[in-house]
Amino acid sequence: MATFRIKRYNPEKRPDAYYEDFEYDFPEGATLLDCLNHIKWTQDGSLTYRMSCRSAICGSCGMKGNGHALLACQRQAAQLLKSGDQVITVEPLGNMPVIKDLVTDFKEFWEKVDQVKPYLQNKEKAPEQERQQSPEEFRKIDATSTCIMCGACYSDCNTLEVDKNFLGPAALAKAQRFVGDSRDHATRERIKELSKPGGMWDCTHCGECVERCPKPAEPFYRIKELMEVALNEGVTHNNGARHALSFVKSVKHSGRLNESKIPIESVGYFNIKGLLELVPVGLRMLLKLKIPPIFHKPIDDAKDVKRIFEEFGE
Amino acid sequence: MKFALFTGCVAKGATRELMMATIKSAEGLGIDFVEMKSAACCGAGVISEKNPVLTDAINARTFALAEEQNLDLVTICSTCQGNLKKSEFQLDSDAEYKDKINHVLNPGGHQYRGGKIKIKHFSNILATPEGKELLRQKIKRPLTGLKTAAFYGCYVLRPSELSEYEDPDNPKELEELFEILGATPIYYPSRIKCCGFPIIMMNKEASHEMAGNALIEAVESGADCVVTGCPLCHLSLDSYQPEIENLREKQYSIPILHLPQLVALALGYSPEEIGMDKHIVSTAGLDKILAQHA
Repeated sequence: MATFRIKRYNPEKRPDAYYEDFEYDFPEGATLLDCLNHIKWTQDGSLTYRMSCRSAICGSCGMKGNGHALLACQRQAAQLLKSGDQVITVEPLGNMPVIKDLVTDFKEFWEKVDQVKPYLQNKEKAPEQERQQSPEEFRKIDATSTCIMCGACYSDCNTLEVDKNFLGPAALAKAQRFVGDSRDHATRERIKELSKPGGMWDCTHCGECVERCPKPAEPFYRIKELMEVALNEGVTHNNGARHALSFVKSVKHSGRLNESKIPIESVGYFNIKGLLELVPVGLRMLLKLKIPPIFHKPIDDAKDVKRIFEEFGE
Repeated sequence: MKFALFTGCVAKGATRELMMATIKSAEGLGIDFVEMKSAACCGAGVISEKNPVLTDAINARTFALAEEQNLDLVTICSTCQGNLKKSEFQLDSDAEYKDKINHVLNPGGHQYRGGKIKIKHFSNILATPEGKELLRQKIKRPLTGLKTAAFYGCYVLRPSELSEYEDPDNPKELEELFEILGATPIYYPSRIKCCGFPIIMMNKEASHEMAGNALIEAVESGADCVVTGCPLCHLSLDSYQPEIENLREKQYSIPILHLPQLVALALGYSPEEIGMDKHIVSTAGLDKILAQHA
């Protein structure tokens, strides 16, 4: 017998959210969605959640199981009990307002997807037939094309938890779908837009979106692809891009990171306000002798590392 | 036990106390660490923003260096661990790709064969049955009374298929180590979240808010200190703690320890020997707690 500890919320009846336990001895192979259906049909018809395809295609049943976003139809309930505990906690997706029980409001999610202009921008006259791509060209956008907009990545994104301005993993992955599209003509404009605050450089590399994505879309890796395009297109007037360039330069020359230089080069040598902001932490670390050595010592055989950088055109 | 030690950049720079504590822990446990002095930076997930293939190439060179010594590679930084594992995965899952990279390594006299060595975080080798037994045997000063909150660091946990931890969504390894060392583990939700360091130069406020969430949760859960296996998390949680306090208008003053410091303390080393005086947030309160229970 398993206990499903479900987070309930119905503002028409009670102002606060609360947890309610349901017992169900689920059969082998039952998904979390099968269990919720059983509870709804036999125990409490008012339990509210979204569902449709039961095949991890429609993206409707995104919710949290034991604190992490998932598709209820894609996860077997038994897998959620693997820690030996007999309780499965079920909650609505995070980073979104809750409407009722496990149903969340996707308004901001969709607004952010719209913000990246998720449609092909091609300046040429429409051809008589379709615009074709080679298999190699398609491969660049294949991963993101699998996104089903379930909101799992958005739910568990660590940046979104502290900054609602962040576009979020799903919208950025969608942006890569068009930045990487050989038929799209707006690459530079898109990259400039995506380099602004709230864009790609605000991703904190936590990997939650890769972990929660139920498809091969894996947004963080798509965000890295956007960064690669930005750096190679020369859209570098921002701290994120300057940070990456400084990092590459430092490791190329000494085999290791020059920690004294990277903060300065990231904010930019002429950014007085930004440089001043570094002073307190710099002084504090200096007083504790935590400042890296002034003479940056290279690794042994740094020449070989430099040679490899040059082989790859850096 | 003998390993190739991949120090990473930060243990040799802004968190030198991590290096001091690692050397002392190894000494106290009788582990032989051979420092990889010609290994390059792991790329920290940043070089790959510019050039992912180059990242895999410099990491393949690092793996080749460990293979040449016939030693498993040990990291003392979650970020190094995660990034090395990513490159290892890329190289080991595509023979043609590995050949291409080896072709570039060739003039330097290195070749990455693959499958010969393992890449483990220091916590992973301590969390093995042999590691735990070794700890139990060597403890000189159990950390009784010390309430320790783990902060894992994203890169050792996600993606889970590259993690060396048993259950990366609900890891227990650090807490198990704390118990062996005599300390009391404190569980709190942010222990597996991001410290905010990767965006400290891009979105300072969001970065500090992330770190602040972890600090407040640890404090409110009753922790005396936070213990991390990642020097970047340490920078975010310790060096920037005054900024976080200013932003939140709250006083946390919670010491942040590197995992090897906690180990070395239990092995009987003094706080000075393991660089605890180099922290921004004073660790003096921990000595008092330990003295009370001694």
